[in-house]
Formats: sequence, C-alpha cells, structure tokens
Amino acid sequence: MPPVNKNELSRRLVVRIVGDSGQGIQMLGKLFSEAVADEGLRLGTMPDFPAEIRAPVGTLSGLSGFQIQLGTTEVYTAGGAADVLVVMNAAALKKNLPHLKPGGILIINSDGFNRRFLKLAGYAEDEDPVADIEKAGTYEIITAPITKLTHKALADEKLPMKARDRHQNMFVLGLLAFLFNQNLDLLESRLREKFSRRPEMTSRNIKVLRAGYHFGETAELIQRPVGSFHPTTPPENAQYIFGNLATAYGLMAASARSGRPLFMATYPITPASDIGHILARLQEAGVITIQMEDEIAAIGAVMGAAYGGSLAVTATSGPGLDLMEEAIGLAVSVELPLVIIDVQRAGPSTGMPTKPEQADLLAALWGRHGEAPLPVLAPATPDDAFFITYEAAHIALEFLTPVIVLSDALIANSARLWTPPHLDDLPPISIPWWDPKSSAVYQPYRRNEKGVRYWAVPGMPGSTHRIGGLEKEDLTGAVSYEGANHERMTRLRAEKIRHIQQTIPSARTEGGATSGPLIIVGWGSTYGAIREAVEHLEQTGFSVEHLHLRHLHPMPSGLDALLDGFETIIVPEHNAGQLAFLLQGRFLRKVCSITKVQGQPFTPEELSRKILEAAHACVKK
Amino acid sequence: MREEVSHHHFTVKDLDSGQEVRWCPACGDYAILKQVKNILPELGYSQENIVFISGIGCSSRFPYYIETYGFHSIHGRAPTLATGLKVTRPELSVWVITGDGDALAIGGNHFLHVMRRNPDINILLFNNQIYGLTKGQVSPTSPVDQHTPTTPRGSIDRPLAPLAVALGAGATFAARTIDRLQNHMADTFRAADRHRGTALVEIYQHCVVFNDEAFQAIYDKNTREENIVLLEAGQPLFFGKNNEKAICLEEGKPRVVARNDCETGRLWIHDPTDIGKALLLARFEDPAFQESTGSELPTPVGVLYQKEQTPYEVSIHGQLSRPYGPVTAETLERLMFPKKT
Ligand SMILES: Cc1ncc(C[n+]2csc(CCOP(=O)(O)OP(=O)(O)O)c2C)c(N)n1
Ligand code: SF4
Ligand SMILES: [Mg+2]
Repeated sequence: MPPVNKNELSRRLVVRIVGDSGQGIQMLGKLFSEAVADEGLRLGTMPDFPAEIRAPVGTLSGLSGFQIQLGTTEVYTAGGAADVLVVMNAAALKKNLPHLKPGGILIINSDGFNRRFLKLAGYAEDEDPVADIEKAGTYEIITAPITKLTHKALADEKLPMKARDRHQNMFVLGLLAFLFNQNLDLLESRLREKFSRRPEMTSRNIKVLRAGYHFGETAELIQRPVGSFHPTTPPENAQYIFGNLATAYGLMAASARSGRPLFMATYPITPASDIGHILARLQEAGVITIQMEDEIAAIGAVMGAAYGGSLAVTATSGPGLDLMEEAIGLAVSVELPLVIIDVQRAGPSTGMPTKPEQADLLAALWGRHGEAPLPVLAPATPDDAFFITYEAAHIALEFLTPVIVLSDALIANSARLWTPPHLDDLPPISIPWWDPKSSAVYQPYRRNEKGVRYWAVPGMPGSTHRIGGLEKEDLTGAVSYEGANHERMTRLRAEKIRHIQQTIPSARTEGGATSGPLIIVGWGSTYGAIREAVEHLEQTGFSVEHLHLRHLHPMPSGLDALLDGFETIIVPEHNAGQLAFLLQGRFLRKVCSITKVQGQPFTPEELSRKILEAAHACVKK
Repeated sequence: MREEVSHHHFTVKDLDSGQEVRWCPACGDYAILKQVKNILPELGYSQENIVFISGIGCSSRFPYYIETYGFHSIHGRAPTLATGLKVTRPELSVWVITGDGDALAIGGNHFLHVMRRNPDINILLFNNQIYGLTKGQVSPTSPVDQHTPTTPRGSIDRPLAPLAVALGAGATFAARTIDRLQNHMADTFRAADRHRGTALVEIYQHCVVFNDEAFQAIYDKNTREENIVLLEAGQPLFFGKNNEKAICLEEGKPRVVARNDCETGRLWIHDPTDIGKALLLARFEDPAFQESTGSELPTPVGVLYQKEQTPYEVSIHGQLSRPYGPVTAETLERLMFPKKT
C-alpha cells in the first residue's frame, strides 16, 4: 500500500466515520477527538445524525456520521472532503463515497456488505460496490470484518448478539488509534474514566478496543502518526469543547462574575436541550434548572426569576422562540434582564430538527409586535459560544434587557480546541442597582447616563412599585396612554439598545485591511468555512477580506465606513439571504448573497468556489 | 418567610398605591381588593416582601392598586412568573391575580401545571363567568346558552369547574368564596396564606356591566341561604333559610333532603382532607352531576380541600448540594480546568 503523501497530511486531515444511528458513532467520534486533543492538535468536529432516535437499520436515512478535521495549525471547521472515510455498512458507503478525496483511505466494515445490507442501501442485485472501487484503484482500501471481530473479542462474555454489536465502535476506535499511532494506554484510561460507574462495560470496551488496535498491527497497516509531526506542545489547559457546553460555562461564568444566582427554565427541544441537561447535572454548582410545561411557561418562569434578581436564562430552538415572543416583548417593555439562547435548526415549522440553519435572524430582530428592539448576538465558533453567552448575560444585566443569542445546531454539536479563560480576565459586570439607602423617591423608569433604569427587586425596602406591559409613564412607571409619552418611551427603549454599541468592539476585518476589491461578511457558524475559504483563495492569489459579525444588533460601530472601502461585498449564510437583506437596508449598499439551506454547512472548498462565482457574477456597486 | 416581628410595620393605609382605581362602579373587584388590603398587614410579612403578579383582564389590573411589589404580566402566564419568582426567592409572599379567561382559557395549561407543582403561592381567581376587559365575550366558566357578542345564538361550550380542574391536577388547597361575603373572603384569604403550597381561591365576582345576572341566586338576600352551603371542617352540610336542609349521602350520592330526614350516619360532614368528597363538592354546580344525583345542589363555599405537601421550591432547594447562589470561582475552575485536579 502506498502511503498517503505525508506533506498533505501534515497540515490538515479530515476523518469521516459513518454507520447506523444505533452504532455509537457519535461516542466514537467524541472519544477519537479527545485522543486527538490529547496530542495537542487543533481540531474541528461536526456530527450529522437523523432526528429519529432509532432510524431503520442499514438504510440511507438511518445513517449517523461524525466528521473531524485535525491540524497542526488553527482549524476552524470539520473540513470538507475526507482524507479518511470509515463506513460501517453499504448505505454509509453509498452516501459518503463522494465525500472522500481521491487517494484517500477508505476503511470498510465488510460485514456491513452482505446481500441484505446491499439491498437496503439500494444497490442492484448483481452489484459489488467494494470490488468496483478496488478495481478503479482511486482509494487506498482497508477492509475488516469489524462486526465478526467484535463478536470474537467478546466471545467469552455471556452477551446477546445485539449487545455485542454495540461495541463495534470501539473496534474502529482501536483501528484508528493504530493507524494514527495514538497512545493506547491513554485511550484505555479515558474509557475507564468515562464508564467508571459501569466497570463491566469498561472491560468489554477495552477488549474490543485492543482487538481493533491489534487488527491494525497484524494486518501490517502503514501507520500515519498524526502526533509525531506536530511541531508545538499542546497549549496548557487546552481542551476539546462543544458549543452547548461552552454556552453552559459562559452562563456560569457570568453568574460568578455578576454575583447573581443562575436560574434556567426550559422546555426540551433539539438541539438546545443539552444546555439544560448540562446545568441540571451540576447540582453542586448552586444553579437551579427546571423543566416547564411549554416554552411560554419557560420564558415566564425566567421572567419571574429575573424580576426577583437572578441571572435568568432559557435555551430553545426556532419553534420555541416563536412561542416565547410575546413574553420577550413584555421583557422589552418592563426592561428586565433575560438571556434567550436560540439554537437554530432548519425550519420553518418542525423542519429538520437536527440540522443547522441560520434562518431565525430576522425573527430574533423583529419577531415581536410593536417596536421591541433588543440585542442579538451570535457565536462564530463552538468555543466562541462561551464568550458570546457571557457577553449576552453581561449586556442583559448591565442594560436590563432581554438578549437573544443565535447559536445553531452546528455550533451546538461541533467541537473545537479551546483554552478556557480565567474568570478574572473576563470583563466585570456591574448592575444598575437602585440604592436602597438613597433619600430620593424610587422611580422605576428613571435612567442612568446609559439610558438604563435603576433596578429595585422585591424585598428591597422603600421601593415597592408596579411594572407591567401597559405603556408606562416616563420616570414614574404609572400607566399612561398619552401619545407623546408613548413616543418618548419608544425612543428611550431603542436608544438604550443603541447605546450598547459603545460597549462592543468596533468593526474590524480578520486580516485588518480596511479596503480592497472584495470582502466576505458573515455571521454565526459560517465563520470557520469562510475563514478557511478565504485562506484558500488568498493562497491562490486572490485578495479577499473577511469580516464576521458577532453582534447583529446593535451592529459594531464603524461598519458602514469599513464596508465602504471594499468594491464588492459578499454575504454567505445558511438562510435565504437575511443578513444580506439587513445590510442592504441599513447601509443602502449593494450586497451579493450566497445562500445554502440544505441542513449542511458550507464546506470551505464549496464556499471558495461560490465566492469566486459570485465575485464574477455580482455587479460592483 | 413570615417574620415574627416585622421590622416594617404597615397598615391598610400604607397599601394605597395612589393610583386611581379604574374598575366600573360597583364591580366586585373593589370588594376583593378591600379584603386583601384588610388582611395583608396582619399576615406578618414586611411590605416589601409581598408581590402581586397578574395576567391580563379587568381583574389583573389589581396590582396597580396596592402598594407592594407588583407585576402586571401577559395574558394567562402569571402562574409561570410566580413559579420562577418563588423558586428563586422563597422568602417572598407571592400572590397571583387572575380571571376566568386568563386562568382557564389562555392560561389553562399553566393552571394545571402550577397545581401539580405546588409552589407556595396564593392564586386568587376572579370568576365573573365572562370576559370583562374585552367587553363581554363568553368565558370557559360561562354557562351553556349564554348570549354574548361571540355567541349571539347562545354558547354551546359546556363550562368547566375551576376547582374540579384544579383538584384533578393535584391542587393541595382549593377554596371558594364570594365577593359579597366580606368576612368569609377575608377568612379564606388568611387560610390561603397559611397553606404551605399553592392555594387556589375561586372568588365569584360580580361583573355589573357584562354579566350582571350571573350570581343572582346567591347574591339575593332572599335566596342566598337556599343556594349556598358553607363548608366548615367537622360540620355537617346544613343550609337553607333556617338551616332546615342537609346534604345527605344516599347510595354514595349527595342529595338535598330535609335535615330531619337524613340518618346521622349518612349526613355529609365536611372533611377538607378527603379528596374524594372534595372532588364531588367541586362538581356540585355541574348540571350533569346534579342530574345524576337527582338533586339541585347548592354552591359550596369555603375550603373544599387542603393537603400538606412539600412545596415545589422546597423540594428544588432540597436537591441542591450547594445553596442557590452565584456560581463560585472554584466550581468554574474545577469544571473548566479539569486537568489540574
Ligand atoms: C394574547 C392575548 N390575547 C387576547 C388578549 C385580549 N384579552 C385581554 S383580557 C381578555 C379576557 C379577560 O377575561 P378574564 O380573564 O375573565 O378577566 P376579566 O376581564 O373578566 O377580569 C382577553 C381575551 C390579550 N390581552 N392577549
Ligand atoms: S367590565 Fe365587569 S369585571 Fe370589568 S371592571 Fe367592569 S364590572 Fe368589573
Ligand atoms: Mg372574567
């Protein structure tokens, strides 16, 4: 077998593993990623699984996939086409072979290619896809009867077939560990840690893991040590983190830094549920999480907790955001701090629950009746979810406003290597408390220099007052239907939100340029794909800048002037052109839109191609 | 939490919020407001630890008219806000003000769930059997055949019995009172406050503008005693002008008989801890139930049911291994820097 060009491997490498949704592919991906992170490599991951818990075995619709890109330098996405593809059955091969680079390594579980599996995958009676691929010679092929060898490894365990099948993912983990010359002992200790409450599980997993590793040895596979060509030592404290976990940590950090207890109320919805699960497990953190009867109740409970002075948060996805909008409008009106995390998924309606999309942007900005402006932020990468969530809580508490964070299914379930910050390095959070010792009469809608009202919560003596959704008289908060007052209050609420612009960094391109022929403006989870596409285009001689908006409202200062410096503006996004619409409307500029709504993110290759096309097709301003 | 010695003594007068009360003249809401104000100072809370949270409706304007903390929220959702507040601030005395439409139509879902969760709050349900604020449409408690702007040919929806719904959902305190019975209202509010858990008080409330006739039979001094039966723990259910009637259990069914015609063993003695009986009491006004018993049953007034049950917020705090409070730097460091430990 000819080795894959090492130079090509030495920068970035994409591994894609695909099997049935019941085969533990996500767990396998996670463990493999952790092993990669242990070696100090940079990484980006992306899951791809069906919405059904147990989709039909062996079919195209039942596939579950995991992709990881590893690299010696910064990695921003899970990458595009794969260098290594593992397929656990015929359906996985059929659907994923187009994603394997020519010359790449194809690892095949031969037990997933019997008559039945071939038929389920839709191959014709007389077709033998593996033989055909071998004949073509495009790929380096490793075949292993993974199912049988897993059963064999567990031969002395009294286990039903089905239960043995469940350990196949460990065989693959072992095989990959050999292939990439990873530290087997370290892997084993990770498994012991992970299944510490189920020792019998650990011993089985380790047996199969070793079987996979030894298979590699015995078959004399050529090893491609990823760790050995890594030039630097892993950054201290670096770890592999998913967007949803980073979000949970960001909230906790904001609680610690603001001195406010953390309260979360939710109603389960994919792909947001994990955020609630993570916090619910941490009862030693002094955090309260409750599950309510629906999203309206969740946001209601959050509002009640915020009213009482907690850092109050909910996490949901599009359908839940729809249900919450009336209550969010109330929070805008009464001016209470709420953090609403919308982990976007493909819509409308139930849409594609596990697939990412960025189509809630305009709903977040304008989904409520009446003039109800609020800050909208979006993390650019899974690790950025920590900082954006922290900032959302920071803004909510300092400006007494609901804040919407637009994460998405890609950020939520993807991982990157990050170095956690120390608490003291995060900006302090100061809350506009009313001073109960003040001799002045408390007025609930008197404002400080930033336009934020002074906050008194129940239990504070001398400041009993009423708030509500009826229009309030300026300063006193008494109910008022007076036209001039309503206009004034509408303006004051909007000005307060605009004021937030002064607390966020001004607009800056990734490369620092302020002018040029072409700028790509993105927001949210497209960061990695744009970044890698731009790098690629630059390497091929194009002059391209990248600007990524983490603040969708208010937008950073200086944005208009910055955009002015570029001849062509291209906006790629996973919706039908919402940011493009926004920029055109706000800045009266021609913007060229690239959109994709397939429930799959742009790959860097795809995006660089589309950018070139758009740059040619798009009329200059 | 009740403070034995209040540091901030307040009187009924202190509860005047200075806002002009804007209910229609003679609306039953006035009487309810008056009794709530009357009893608040004696409950032992300091003024700043009392919070009224309402939904939307005429009744839900209530918080504006009382000098405590108050939150006029959105239609039907007050119980959810109250839950979030009580869970995070258990020391507060939290009162929900709601109407029949607010609690049982748009807020029906939350009504069920707050009952089964049982946070230690009080819910005052102003039942005028009509939508007051939106000008007289039919409500979930309006009787069949009620003519309203949305039901010009008479309502065909059968009304629900709020207390029966609440008990069905696991309410731990269910009571009924009437805006005309000043003392009874005050006593019922006191009992609601004493109950540890969600206390639901249904108040029959007079909407003079859109449903003037609704409670005619129980308002009219001449017919009132015939149509109301007062519930007192350990006491038999006697009623009528001269207390000459009794509720008698015959073949397991409550029937109205002359007091002397009911054998002692069959006499209905009120036991607010008996959920089976409470469920029947909550159905007394239901025409279908009356038909099945063959008796025209009176309206029970008082505490139908009360049960000790750990309040929601107490259980929640009990499950935490560190008291509710800001996340500590140590916790975060341990989580975010796992390799160090
Ligand atoms: C979401 C929403 N839908 C409709 C309304 C209009 N609305 C206001 S009050 C009300 C009904 C109130 O009836 P009830 O709860 O019985 O209160 P009452 O006025 O009788 O005290 C309705 C439908 C609203 N405010 N919000
Ligand atoms: S409409 Fe009815 S309920 Fe509303 S204030 Fe007037 S009388 Fe009272
Ligand atoms: Mg009503």
